[in-house]
Amino acid sequence: MAGSTLEIKDLHVEIEGQEILKGVNLTIKGGEFHAVMGPNGTGKSTLASAIMGHPKYEVTKGQILLDGEDVLEMEVDERAQAGLFLAMQYPSEISGVTTSDFLRSSVNAHREEGDEISLMKFIKEMDGAMDYLEMDKNMAQRYLNEGFSGGEKKRNEILQLMMIQPAIAILDEIDSGLDIDALKVVSKGINKMRSEEFGCLIITHYQRLLDYITPDHVHIMMQGRVVKSGGPELAQRLEAEGYEWIKEELGIEDETVGQNA
Amino acid sequence: MTVETKLPYDQDYIRSFSANRNEPDWMQELRIKALELAEGLEMPKPDKTSIKRWNFHDFKHDVSAETIPSLKDLPKEIQVFLDMENLNENLVIQRNQSVAYKSLSSQLEEQGVILTDIQTALEKHSDLVQRYYMKDAVQIDEHKLTALHTALMNGGVFVYVPKNVQIEEPLQAIFWQEDPEAATFNHVIVVAEANSSLTYVENYISKNTDENAVANIVTEVIAHDNANINFGSVDNFSKGTTVYVNRRGVAYRDAKIEWNLGQMNDGNTISDNTTHLIGDNSYAYAKTVSVGRGEQTQNFTAKIVNYGKQSEGLILQHGVMKEAASAIFNGIGKIEHGASKSNAEQESRVLMLSKDSRGDANPILLIDEDDVTAGHAASVGRVDPIQLYYLMSRGISKQEAERLIIHGFLAPVVREIPIEAVRNQLTEVIERKVY
Repeated sequence: MAGSTLEIKDLHVEIEGQEILKGVNLTIKGGEFHAVMGPNGTGKSTLASAIMGHPKYEVTKGQILLDGEDVLEMEVDERAQAGLFLAMQYPSEISGVTTSDFLRSSVNAHREEGDEISLMKFIKEMDGAMDYLEMDKNMAQRYLNEGFSGGEKKRNEILQLMMIQPAIAILDEIDSGLDIDALKVVSKGINKMRSEEFGCLIITHYQRLLDYITPDHVHIMMQGRVVKSGGPELAQRLEAEGYEWIKEELGIEDETVGQNA
Repeated sequence: MTVETKLPYDQDYIRSFSANRNEPDWMQELRIKALELAEGLEMPKPDKTSIKRWNFHDFKHDVSAETIPSLKDLPKEIQVFLDMENLNENLVIQRNQSVAYKSLSSQLEEQGVILTDIQTALEKHSDLVQRYYMKDAVQIDEHKLTALHTALMNGGVFVYVPKNVQIEEPLQAIFWQEDPEAATFNHVIVVAEANSSLTYVENYISKNTDENAVANIVTEVIAHDNANINFGSVDNFSKGTTVYVNRRGVAYRDAKIEWNLGQMNDGNTISDNTTHLIGDNSYAYAKTVSVGRGEQTQNFTAKIVNYGKQSEGLILQHGVMKEAASAIFNGIGKIEHGASKSNAEQESRVLMLSKDSRGDANPILLIDEDDVTAGHAASVGRVDPIQLYYLMSRGISKQEAERLIIHGFLAPVVREIPIEAVRNQLTEVIERKVY
C-alpha cells in the first residue's frame, strides 16, 4: 500500500489579523522526507500550526488536502485521526495527567471503539520505544511535560510519533535546544519511522539536523512563501554559504514576514 | 433581616437528649451553656457570600438507625467506600446518628489506640474527650453555628493515638446520612500524641435531593510534638443539605498536618479549614479540590497561621465550577510576629466550565514578621485552549481532552487519598459531577 499524500495549495494564513503565509504550495507523499528551512521569522512554524489547526491561526485562502480530503474542514482531533501528526516546538505541560495515560488515550483515539490496545501490549510497546529513545522509564509516570527539560520534551514528542504511527508527520523545530547526543537519539527515532507508508515534513533552521536525517526534498521559506526547492544538495549549500546567496538571487532584502512569525 | 434561627430545641430537650445518651455531666453542662450562648451570637459572615437565605433550621435532630450485622449487608452505595476484598479492620460506620459498624484491629487496641464513635468515647474516655473538646482548636462562642454545634452535637468519632505509636494502615470513618432529613452535627476529634503518626480518612454521604437537612460539623485535629497526621476526606452531601464544616488543626513543635479534602457537596456549603502552627518547625499542607454545579453557592476558606519559628504553611485550592454554581476560595496565610524564618505559600485556581458559573480566588497574606518568605498564585479562567489543542492534536476528542485536563487539575488531592476504594470513589464523584 502506498502512503498518504498531503497537498498544500496556495495557503494564506493570518494570526491576529496579520498575514504570515502568503501562498505556500507543497506536496508530501508517503515515503518522502521533506525539509522546510529558512531563517527565523519566515513563516515555517506558522505552516506547521496551520496544518494541524492551532486555534490562533486563521486560514484565509488556499487548501490543505489529505488524500483528497479537505483538512481545513476537520477539527484538530479529526485531523489527527485522519493521519496527521505535529511534533510541537513548545508542547503543553498538563498537570495531573501522566505521560503514560495520555499516550494510551492517544493510541486508542486512533483505533476503533471496542478495539482498544490492551494494557500489556501498550506497556510493551511504550517500553520498547522508550528504550529506543534512551528515555528514563520514570517519565511515563510523570505528568505530561511538567518539569521536563527541553530535551525530554522533544524525546517525548518523538515517543508519541513512534507510538501513534501517523501517515504524515510534521516536526516543528524538533532539533531546537538539543545537545548533540540528544539530537542523535531523536534523529534515530525519526529515521526508524521511514517507510513507504510514512511521509514527513521537517521544519528547521539548522542544517545540522539534516546531517542525521537525509531529506529527499529541501524547501526554503522566506517572506511567507516557499522561494526555492531542491534536493539534499540545497541543504548542504546552505550550510556552507548561508542564506545570503538566495536573497541576492531572488532580490530579497528582508526575508521575514510579520513581526512575531 | 436576621436569619431564622428559632429552633424547636430548648434546655429540657437538650437535657433529655444528653441523658438518653448517658453523657457525662460536663457534656450536658457544656451543651446547656452553648445553647444559651447561641441565643446571643451572630451567624458567621463568610467573605463575599450571603448566607441569609440558607436553611440552618429545618432538620431532624434525633434520628437513630439499626446496626448492620456485617459489612456485606451495607447497601452498594456505601460498600463502594470499602475495599470489600481486603477489609479495613479500623473502621467506624455511622448511620444517621447511630453506630452501624465499628472495628479496630487488636494490635492497635493493645497499643492504646482509640477509634470509636463520640458517644462511646464520652462514656469510656470522658476525661480524654473533655481535654480536647472545643478547647485548643475551635471555641464554642466563635459564632452562632459553633455554639449550636456544641448544643446539638449528635455524632462523630474520636481518634486517639498514644505516644510513639506509628500507624501504617489508614483509620476510616463513614458518615452515612441515610434518613433524608437527618441532621449531621458531627464532632470529630483526632489526637496524635508526641512522636506518633496516623492517617485518617472520612466520607460524608447523603442522598436527599428534595428534603432539607443541615450538617454542622466541627473537626479538631491535634498534632503534638513531632506527630504526623494525614487527614483525608470526601464530602458528598446531596443538594438538600446545607453544610457548615469547620476542620481545624493545631500543630505543636516539629508536628505535621496534611489535609486532603475532596469537597464534593451538592448543596450550599461553608467550609473553614484552618491550621494553627503553634510549635517551632511545625508544618501544614492544606489541599482541597471541589466541583460546584447546579445553583449551589459555596465558600471555602483555607487558612494557616504561623506562630512557631521556621514553621511552614502551604495551601492549594483547586475548584471547577459549572452550570450556575458559584464559589469563593479564600486562601489566608498569616504569619504572627516572632515566627521568624517561617514560610507561607498558597495557590488557588478556579476553572470555569460555563458562562453562568462564578469563581473567585481571594488570596490574602497577612505578615507581622520581617524574616519570612511568602508567596501566592491565583487564577480564574477557562480550560486552556492551547492545552486542548495539544491533546486533540493526538486524536483525542475535545470532550475527552477536557476530561483529562479536569481530572488532572483535581489530581493533587485525589492522588493523596490513601484508601484505594475512597480514591476511586472520589474520581467517580468528580466524573459524575463534571459530566
